[in-house]
Amino acid sequence: MHPAPSIIIFTVFSGLGFGLLFWLGIGIPDISGWNALAIYFFAFASAVIGLVASTFHLGNPQRAWRAFTQWRSSWLSREGWFAVIALMTMGIYALGIIFFEYAASTIGFIGAIISLVTVFATSMIYAQMKTVPRWNHWTTSALFLTLAVSGGAILTGQSKTAAGLLLLAGILQVVAWMTGDTRFGECGSTIETATQLGGIGKVRLFEPPHTGSNYLLKEMVYTVGRKHAGKLRKWSIMLMCVVPALILLVLPANLFVGIIALLTHLAGTLASRWLFFAEAEHVVGLYYGRR
Amino acid sequence: MTDLPKLTQRKLGLVIDLDTCVGCHACVTACKGWNTENYGAPLSDIDAYGANPVGTFLNRIHSYEVQPEQGCAQTIHFPKSCLHCDDAPCVTVCPTGASYKRVEDGIVLVNEEHCIGCGLCAWACPYGAREMDAAEGVMKKCTLCVDRIYNENLPEVDRVPACVRTCPTGARHFGDFSDPQSNVSKLVKERGSLDLMPEQATKPINQYLPPRPKDKMVSSDQIETLLKPVAKEPKGFLSWLDKALDAL
Repeated sequence: MHPAPSIIIFTVFSGLGFGLLFWLGIGIPDISGWNALAIYFFAFASAVIGLVASTFHLGNPQRAWRAFTQWRSSWLSREGWFAVIALMTMGIYALGIIFFEYAASTIGFIGAIISLVTVFATSMIYAQMKTVPRWNHWTTSALFLTLAVSGGAILTGQSKTAAGLLLLAGILQVVAWMTGDTRFGECGSTIETATQLGGIGKVRLFEPPHTGSNYLLKEMVYTVGRKHAGKLRKWSIMLMCVVPALILLVLPANLFVGIIALLTHLAGTLASRWLFFAEAEHVVGLYYGRR
Repeated sequence: MTDLPKLTQRKLGLVIDLDTCVGCHACVTACKGWNTENYGAPLSDIDAYGANPVGTFLNRIHSYEVQPEQGCAQTIHFPKSCLHCDDAPCVTVCPTGASYKRVEDGIVLVNEEHCIGCGLCAWACPYGAREMDAAEGVMKKCTLCVDRIYNENLPEVDRVPACVRTCPTGARHFGDFSDPQSNVSKLVKERGSLDLMPEQATKPINQYLPPRPKDKMVSSDQIETLLKPVAKEPKGFLSWLDKALDAL
């Protein structure tokens, strides 16, 4: 699948923003006034930047509001609704904290839960795709959620919790990669089932429909950079999980250390998310004798 | 709404005969021609005369080589367009309701006025039936020539999809699969067809008729039998002529 930068930014930054809002909603850390304003600003900015980025890849972004209409069947539509409801609920909670030193903890708790549900809905946009076996698995949602709350834990200065969550994310990432590598082979789709010519014999593409490329190949049979996948996996898991976890456990807890941990975590997560798309193979590739 | 209808009144679709298709691409050209000038945004070409031409097509023909365990490989031309699935995953993922399946005839269509061009429906389709138009930013797909099949301004013979009308070998058939007496239902029953990628559970309407078994090459001793003289002694007119010429 084509790793569009807008989608990578969307999933990583909205995940971080809503992960942070989850912790803030359950009252961690216990702050108010200017400090609260700063951290809520960061959370809302991160979530909104992600959501705005997601409209950049649209062919007709001026109609994006229509995406709110099909919540009954579409995860993308649900994601939009949950995001708006989470931001509004947490906005009300934040106003109380920042300006009135009043924590409406029920509203905060509801906002925290909806923030997590938003991240889950984001993950389901991908995990629902039966056509992309690598994504079509519980690890997609588990990883998206764990990464979101890990980033939030780093930002809320919970060194030990963050380190634990980062290690959990690392384990989930390895499980996602290892099980994902064989899932296309296990999904049952082959060039023979795609063409239903397997009854005659072994099928191979003799001639593609056109000599040039097309939308399908660019969007769904993206093979650029796969040869570096092994190296990138090592780098991304080191930066996303191992290094920030070690920094948080070993170094004294202060703002500077937190920023370093967050930046390495973000760099690793961006690399991991790039791989999430670039390594994902769509079954339509079978018609082109490619994956 | 992008909920799929529980039941469609008819199931319009295509039967494509892989035994008959010669891979001439006439259906591709007819499709592009008709659908560029009619329903919705034109099917654009980008860099059409340059080094890397790409364009939007609703119908593409792949050619496959199939190697049986014994004997010669076969070349099979394989036209592919939207299969108008009963359980169309492209419809339910659409966030705007632009993608829908019609209750009256089962055709899967895109309302281009509502399409935001997110591309999710193309991701959800296992068959590569949907292509985003690079010029218009909306999703394009086979409409089963919805603007031909009900068009009373056209002569009746033309009220079929452009690809079916143009096919010079009669490899494409259009009809209603919900009617067991329709031409397409009869063809499917007679020739035995299979759903493409059944494991994706999309319940496609369009059906592909498998290539008929090829003639077998006769063995050399069979040829010998065939080449043996059929009569030792000449008979009839030739025998008389032979004798008459000898007698001269």
